[in-house]
Amino acid sequence: MSLAIRWVSPPLPTRPPSYLDDTTIRSWLLTTDHKRIGVLFLFATSAMLALGGTFALVLRLQLLTPDGRLLDAITYNRMFTLHGVIMVWLFLIPSIPTTLGNFLLPIMIGAKDLAFPRLNLASFWIYVVGAAIVIAGAIAGGADTGWTFYPPYSGKTPTDVVPILIGVFVLGISSTMTGLNFIVSTHTLRTRGMTWMRMPLFVWSIYATSIILVLATPVLGMALLLIFADHAFALGIFDPALGGDPILYQHLFWFYSHPAVYIMILPAMGVVSEVVCAFARKAILSYKAVALSSLGIAFVGFLTWGHHMFTAGMSVFDAGIFGALSMCVAIFSAIKVFVWVGTLYRGSIALRTPMLYFFLFLFLFSFGGMTGVALASTSLDVHWQDTYFVVAHFHFIMVGGTLTAYLAGLHYWLPKMSGRMYPERLASVATLLVATGFIVTFTPQFLLGNAGMPRRYATYPAQYQALNVISTVGSWALAAGLLVTVAYLLWSLRWGPRADNPWGSEGFEWLTTSPPPTHNFAEPPVIAHPPHEYWRTPR
Amino acid sequence: VITPGHQPPWTDIWDAANEFYRRILALPPQASSVARKIDALHYFEITVMFAVAAGIAVAALYFVVRYRRRSEEDRPPRVRPSLLFEVTTYGGLLGFFLLVWVIGFAQYVGLAAPPPDAMDVYVTGKQWMWKFSLPDGTASTGVLYVPAGRAVRLLLTSRDVIHSFFVPAFRIKRDAVPGLYTTIWFEAPNPGSYQILCAELCGAGHSQMRGTVEVLPPAQYAAWLRDRMPRGGRTTALAERGRDAAARQGCLRCHTTDGQRHIGPTWLGLYGSRVPLADGTTVVADEAYLTQSMMDPMAQIVATYAPLMPSYQGQLTPPDTAAIVEFIKSLSNTTVAALPSKPTSAAPGGTSP
Repeated sequence: MSLAIRWVSPPLPTRPPSYLDDTTIRSWLLTTDHKRIGVLFLFATSAMLALGGTFALVLRLQLLTPDGRLLDAITYNRMFTLHGVIMVWLFLIPSIPTTLGNFLLPIMIGAKDLAFPRLNLASFWIYVVGAAIVIAGAIAGGADTGWTFYPPYSGKTPTDVVPILIGVFVLGISSTMTGLNFIVSTHTLRTRGMTWMRMPLFVWSIYATSIILVLATPVLGMALLLIFADHAFALGIFDPALGGDPILYQHLFWFYSHPAVYIMILPAMGVVSEVVCAFARKAILSYKAVALSSLGIAFVGFLTWGHHMFTAGMSVFDAGIFGALSMCVAIFSAIKVFVWVGTLYRGSIALRTPMLYFFLFLFLFSFGGMTGVALASTSLDVHWQDTYFVVAHFHFIMVGGTLTAYLAGLHYWLPKMSGRMYPERLASVATLLVATGFIVTFTPQFLLGNAGMPRRYATYPAQYQALNVISTVGSWALAAGLLVTVAYLLWSLRWGPRADNPWGSEGFEWLTTSPPPTHNFAEPPVIAHPPHEYWRTPR
Repeated sequence: VITPGHQPPWTDIWDAANEFYRRILALPPQASSVARKIDALHYFEITVMFAVAAGIAVAALYFVVRYRRRSEEDRPPRVRPSLLFEVTTYGGLLGFFLLVWVIGFAQYVGLAAPPPDAMDVYVTGKQWMWKFSLPDGTASTGVLYVPAGRAVRLLLTSRDVIHSFFVPAFRIKRDAVPGLYTTIWFEAPNPGSYQILCAELCGAGHSQMRGTVEVLPPAQYAAWLRDRMPRGGRTTALAERGRDAAARQGCLRCHTTDGQRHIGPTWLGLYGSRVPLADGTTVVADEAYLTQSMMDPMAQIVATYAPLMPSYQGQLTPPDTAAIVEFIKSLSNTTVAALPSKPTSAAPGGTSP
């Protein structure tokens, strides 16, 4: 047998030691174990998802009627700003890297922990501080500038943007630390035999994400500090009344925030690559294409920021270049979609909940990506820019893509993290509810954008009402589906049936017991080939 | 045989398809000369998109059924795609992406290039209303009156924060940025009234910053223009106001209007000309260049002139800026008589209008 992997799951009379054995509060809050930090992040980011989601439900409620009877305009503007800030910086950017990434990356590369365990703990607490500042700022009044903080409005707003800017700046420090930790760990801690071309695809995607985190986040920090200086000391860097240039800010902001979109989606692509292999019992159709397209996205993604500014008055020539480069980044995502579908070919497909989420991801992400291509064909963007079409497009990527992949990952790795299984039938029903809710919520928003409804509207012309009502009703189904999911996942943590590797998966993270012991492996594994090569072990 | 006066048969089919797509996609009426072309690209992309999505869905469904797990002992064979298959698939996709980019960008260039006979309208956004000024001094707030069948170029700026001028029925949108002039143009073939929306978050009144474009038949538009004139008099043309503002602000102490070289370049014949710059490049003196030269004079210094001019950022109000630009433009088509140049020792420009 060519398999040179040592399977560390001998039938033991008692349960093997696990990282969950020590149950004191202190042992959790001051842990340097990457798995425990991953779990801490899981609970913290999920709380933020709940908060941001609640804001979204209130926003949708306001939009039931054209004249907006629920909130006044400035409260509405504050609420969508907080929805954006919380979802982007407190949920989407940290979620998959800091939870699944933290938990799985060291195990997948056969390491005991990350390269800098204490830096990892510091990253968590800095995240908590940043989140606390943002929430305190929200309670103290909140900003109404949108999550983009465009000047000169952000300098003139009657609301207080400063606490939120500081909070986001602090969160950037946490992101950078985590990114750095992942890069160093991937370079230095891979176990014997694990060459770059044998790394799990999830590790590749987290590695590519980390490069973006480390390179782009400082630019955001810089732009936010300049906005802060403009606001607090009237420096006028971006204020034309003082000789500044508001368009300069847009360039700096999107230089970070466009790559940030890939920070959100790349880890999701990594999760999906693992899930499709495990549930089709097939090696990925084209390993190099998927691994290298992650790097392609990370690098070309830095050259497309100008497509957020086609109507901002940039030169026609620049707009053309940014449009063409955006097409070039889209091809990498298209490659992955084709490889995932191709991986199913001649597989042995088990339609469990993670796989249902995989199909949901595949479909929604394809639509999100293709509408992105449509937006990058510059003339159409002139009509769609700043309308609900763009809102629908990025929710298809971020909710339809990132959140569904995250849910696929949480179901797939729940036994790995907790040693227990979720209720399969209830989970399938909840998945269908989430799918229906999502499609009913966001598909009408494409049509609203076509019809010309601008985003960030507290009130709107009456002709847009019908589609808004459909979208709001959909948001209730989506929320219900997610609530059921949270409920049974929490239930499973305590009462779920015990499981070690219920999928028969040959991902490297399953080489150790579930839940893993504190140092992950009794002996470090030795790797001879990429994961998920089921054809090597005929039974 | 296609005889004059008869449309070729495919026109009807195309009209029906256009209307069908427009309705199911919830697009507004196509009320500008470019709307139909832009929508055609939209239809093309959405059709391909649904075809690809259907292909993915059908393939995935087929695989799920055909290759469902029959036993826990299943060990599927190894499958590797041929390099040729991969290269053709991805190359084909990239080809499609670049094709829609080429079509879209050609249209985008068209949106940026108004026909030479376009009439100009200055648009100023402020929290939370739109103001429209014609070069002859006629102004209106909230409602933009234009003649049908005539190209209109909009020169947009803002008095406070960034706004965005959006007319869904025309498929056009352009940000109005303080301190800058941006341009966009449209031609509405048919009379009607079309909604203007602000598309850039600008504060509490953002969603109420609405307006209307009233497209009038040419005769009715002429009547409207006549009615706007004060009784028995005439409005001060924008160019004349610009001449006064230029005198008041001291512009004319350095710039002549009769072609003579002075501390700064002359304004006679400046508009629309190619200006050689100190860094060896040239630039066309359009509205954007003229505005930038007032607000940020050091950005583009004219060759052989010293970089002396102070910035007028914050000194000139947007209406004055528009008026001065219009005055400079008038010196290229001589609708306003040029002033004789003054010697350097002339009295400070304190002449009030």
